[in-house]
Amino acid sequence: MPSWVPLVLLLVPVGICLALPFKRDLLDKVWLVLAAEAVFGIGVGTYLALFSVPPERDMGEVVRIFAAHVPQVQNALLAVVLNFGCSLWFLIRKSWVADSLAESSAEVGLYLGAVGTALGAIWAKPTWGVYWTWDPRLTSAAVMLIYYAGYLALRRFTDNPDTRATWSAALGTFGIVIPVTVYKSVVWMKSMHQVQSSPETVYPQLVTAFRFSAIGFLCLMIVFIYQRYRIAQEQLKREVAPPEALGAPQGAA
Amino acid sequence: MTPAETVAQAPAVTTARPVRPGLFACTVILLRKDLLLEWRTRARLNALVFFGICTLLMFSFALGANAMALREHASGYFWLAILFASVLSLSESFRVEQENHSLDGLRLAPANGRAIFLAKAIGNTVLLWGLGAVLAPLSIAVFDLRVVMSLFTLAFIMLVGSMAISAAGTFYASIASNARARDVLLPILLFPVLVPVLIAAVKATTMVFEGDPMNQMESWLTLLGSLNVIYWGLGLVLFPRIIEDL
Repeated sequence: MPSWVPLVLLLVPVGICLALPFKRDLLDKVWLVLAAEAVFGIGVGTYLALFSVPPERDMGEVVRIFAAHVPQVQNALLAVVLNFGCSLWFLIRKSWVADSLAESSAEVGLYLGAVGTALGAIWAKPTWGVYWTWDPRLTSAAVMLIYYAGYLALRRFTDNPDTRATWSAALGTFGIVIPVTVYKSVVWMKSMHQVQSSPETVYPQLVTAFRFSAIGFLCLMIVFIYQRYRIAQEQLKREVAPPEALGAPQGAA
Repeated sequence: MTPAETVAQAPAVTTARPVRPGLFACTVILLRKDLLLEWRTRARLNALVFFGICTLLMFSFALGANAMALREHASGYFWLAILFASVLSLSESFRVEQENHSLDGLRLAPANGRAIFLAKAIGNTVLLWGLGAVLAPLSIAVFDLRVVMSLFTLAFIMLVGSMAISAAGTFYASIASNARARDVLLPILLFPVLVPVLIAAVKATTMVFEGDPMNQMESWLTLLGSLNVIYWGLGLVLFPRIIEDL
């Protein structure tokens, strides 16, 4: 299969994201399409990586894990950048949509980053000989996870929705320093971790599998953020609205 | 007094209203207040110095009597001692404002939010720099370091490093001091953003003690400088929004 084939799949999530600002409730109807594409992309990518790609010359069988490790970390960084964008959006014009989106993207980014880092550690054991090394890329990724865990902790520790939104938006805006450090750490500092992957630098047989998997994880991230966003909106409604507005029985005593 | 005379006096009354100080004047007033408050008790300064010395010595106990290893990593211990001590200084600088709700008073005064940030951050910079001035000779003596470059370079690195720690720290302390679990929250939030500062400051300090054969000093100082621009800029923009919502 030529390696451009999976890129066709990219049209769906990108098209949906571009249309979202014009039609806010678009995802309510089409999120199942994205979920199906996520299952398909991750499934095909995993199948190709596990069964059709030949072992690599230096790394052998371990190379297959890249089809899961790299897309997850990429999408985690993407989610964190989305968190920054939403935080800025909240600070400029106080929008509750931005607040809920920031919360959900931070949570999904934390999840994807944690799983991606764990997969990286599993890859590192046979390749580098250790699960964890205090390499700039690994350390900065761990620091990013701690920061966004702190971000979510602050949200839990603050009861007033207004205060919580402003503070966490300020944290999210300030926090952009960290993903930039993670992304650039392999260039700025001497690192054992390889520099950012591109189709020219990765193992050529893996590119197709990798692209299927990356697009699958992108769709998965959008679905996760969308579902978490709906929960956040419901929670906000509960916090802000009086009990009667939520359909509590009136005069039932 | 005739009514005509009263009318004639009216403009004099309006001009007698106090003039609101600008950003710079307001910062100077608030900084003087903070430093005066600190000077009267000197509690924070004492705590900082002894905590810093304690941390520095603890590192050498933890590593045992391995003089080589201690000398090699001395600048790392030095900056970690400053970083740990900074948490004490930062949370204290907002705790004094919470007693009797003085921060509300300041905002009603009305003091400019940016001036409050600048005064707090500059005040913390002064304290941390002073702490560095105490800890640096001590580390040189305890870890048996040789100063290859000039002491002015070391003082400059300490200044730029403490500025970066204070700017980010003031910002986070203002948030953490009002949340429920403030003692836990400040280090969790602050240390991750300070990682680049720590790396750059430790590298630059190591060069003061071990020489700089590859001419890297300038690039580390540039990194520290640009981090300062980012932290002070973000703090100035975001801080007024935070204290608005306390």
